[in-house]
Amino acid sequence: MSDTQTFLDTLKARSSNYTAEPTWIAARRQAGAARFEALGFPTRRDEEWKYTDVRSIAQGNFALADNAEFSQASAAALTLPIDAYRLTFVDGVFSSALSDLDSLPSSVQVLPLSKALAENHEAVGGPLGRLTGVDFSPFAALNTAFMEEGAVVRIAPGAVVEKPILLQFLSRAGQPVMCHPRVLVEAGSRSEATLIEHYTGESEATNFTNVVGELMLDRGAILAHYKLQEAPLGDMHVASIHVEQGRDTRYTSYNLSLGGALVRNDLISDLNGQGAETNFLGLFFGQGRQHVDNHTKVNHNAPLTFSNENYKGILDDRAHGVFNGKVYVKRDSQKIEGFQSNQNLLLSDRAHIDAKPELEIYADDVKCSHGTTTGQLDEEAIYALRTRGIDEATARGLLTLAFAGEVLDKVSLDAIAERVELAVAGKLPERFNLAGLVEAAAAIND
Amino acid sequence: MLQVNDLHVTVEGNEILKGLTLTINAGEVHAIMGPNGAGKSTLSAVIAGKDGYEVTQGTVTFEGKDVLEMEIEERAQAGLLLGFQYPVEIPGVKNIYLLKSALNAQRVARGEGEMPAPEFMKLVKEKLGYMKMDASFLQRAVNEGFSGGEKKRNEILQMLVLQPKLAMLDEIDSGLDIDAMKVVADGVNSLRAEDRAILLVTHYQRLLDYIIPDKVHVLVDGRIVKTGDAELAKQLEANGYEGIEESVA
Repeated sequence: MSDTQTFLDTLKARSSNYTAEPTWIAARRQAGAARFEALGFPTRRDEEWKYTDVRSIAQGNFALADNAEFSQASAAALTLPIDAYRLTFVDGVFSSALSDLDSLPSSVQVLPLSKALAENHEAVGGPLGRLTGVDFSPFAALNTAFMEEGAVVRIAPGAVVEKPILLQFLSRAGQPVMCHPRVLVEAGSRSEATLIEHYTGESEATNFTNVVGELMLDRGAILAHYKLQEAPLGDMHVASIHVEQGRDTRYTSYNLSLGGALVRNDLISDLNGQGAETNFLGLFFGQGRQHVDNHTKVNHNAPLTFSNENYKGILDDRAHGVFNGKVYVKRDSQKIEGFQSNQNLLLSDRAHIDAKPELEIYADDVKCSHGTTTGQLDEEAIYALRTRGIDEATARGLLTLAFAGEVLDKVSLDAIAERVELAVAGKLPERFNLAGLVEAAAAIND
Repeated sequence: MLQVNDLHVTVEGNEILKGLTLTINAGEVHAIMGPNGAGKSTLSAVIAGKDGYEVTQGTVTFEGKDVLEMEIEERAQAGLLLGFQYPVEIPGVKNIYLLKSALNAQRVARGEGEMPAPEFMKLVKEKLGYMKMDASFLQRAVNEGFSGGEKKRNEILQMLVLQPKLAMLDEIDSGLDIDAMKVVADGVNSLRAEDRAILLVTHYQRLLDYIIPDKVHVLVDGRIVKTGDAELAKQLEANGYEGIEESVA
């Protein structure tokens, strides 16, 4: 039996859950299944998957979860300590017990996909699948075939959402399961919001998450989008995120990838209106035998659009990283600026990175640059720090943090910055914590 | 305080130090002078613990402890601090970060508590003023984009904050104009204390007009060939090293 067939059989066994759904969903589900069946899982012969072998997913046997049981205490230990509107999914199944939408203003809707479909499925049918269709990749097709749950976020024009909207995805230990969440965000004109996707779970989990995100920013909207991926080290994680930006919008992606055995992120921004700006900040950290693949693409489809990308990779042990960043400038999209930088730090001789920046430009009045570097910690700097009394492990931690700094400094949510610091530098003693120094300095200046 | 006895050191198979003996007592300022290639920088690098130097014979003890058996950071924690001839740039690590980490690492190693942030900032501000450095230095990455003079002042600033028992300053005057050298010399002089020693490694006598040493050693071809007081440095300035080498030969 082929790998593809295993997944199609699982879908067939699930079909009794789908008998009552509207015909348009059934049609899309079938289209997804058909497309997945035709494509099969990608192999390394496919250019887009040249450096990433997905056999550990394809040859897996993943069931589908049918409940969201998770103890409050375990969830509390995993959750980000942050004041946010929170939706929680356990192995893809919505948990109302672990969600909290208290005092959500009426200008914002945050609801599980199943509920959005039940309330008004026509309103969901238009945008869903418009940006990430079944042709995007076999994983997008697979997601569409299994589409059941996810999050729908609608922000009214002009609304400024003070608290972040947190979508929390928990992965449980036990028999391997898969989930195919959808994240659909419609940011109204001139709205402002912060969205956090947080993937985490029980350390022994060995599940497969295949998420599709579609984010639409109407004229003048501002969206900060954090994706903090701290999945258990046995988890497989595939994310296909597509952003559509209208005139004068500003989108900032903080793609922070720390967990997972096999990780693949696709992040695409379509800059469709003048004045649209996209910022891609990425930090990926791999250890053990982790494989972390980031594919990004910025499409400058309109003149006077701006993109700025900075991805940093830190790889230890036998970890393997991939960075493939593409900047595309459509014919006659003049006066655009597209900057891309990728830097990688290899902490061990056996860590490996494949980095491939690409520019594709069909206009002549543009400012574009790209560059990628890969290096190791500076032994001279380690020595210099040690001669000041700092032990070697701490010196390495400090320098690794310093490398991540350019990206980390832009993370304005402390709870997230601290998670990342802890992951890349280990637990540094209190004396290496700068918190409090700035205030002390200010007090002395007064 | 520091005893170096019959020290032989090879670098990539070449013997650089060939039986160097030196004793430094608390409260003293020593200067080691010598021509290029004599082994001046090798001595301070070996004491600080830099890789690539093989000690084939001899001992180095600091307050009775075997320095060569100590980790690099343990030497600093014990109070042995090296000021670099070519201070390393450390992108992304702010000066304030380095100073706080280093000071507290040393305090904790000595069994003292970490210094509270307000006290620390007060200390740093005072020392900054002494080195005529702007507070903005603290927010800049260590030595990144610093001029030669700024780097050297930064080395002395670290000394003033960390207050070592033995400060070893390797060619601290190189690349400094006269004004910068006065600031650096003032910083070093302020370190002079009964319970502290200073070891200056220098090629030129110029620095010693501003920091008057108690003892001057002439290092030629891996050995100390002559020891005297500050007057010896002036003779060297007048006659050069060749006169010494001949008199020894």
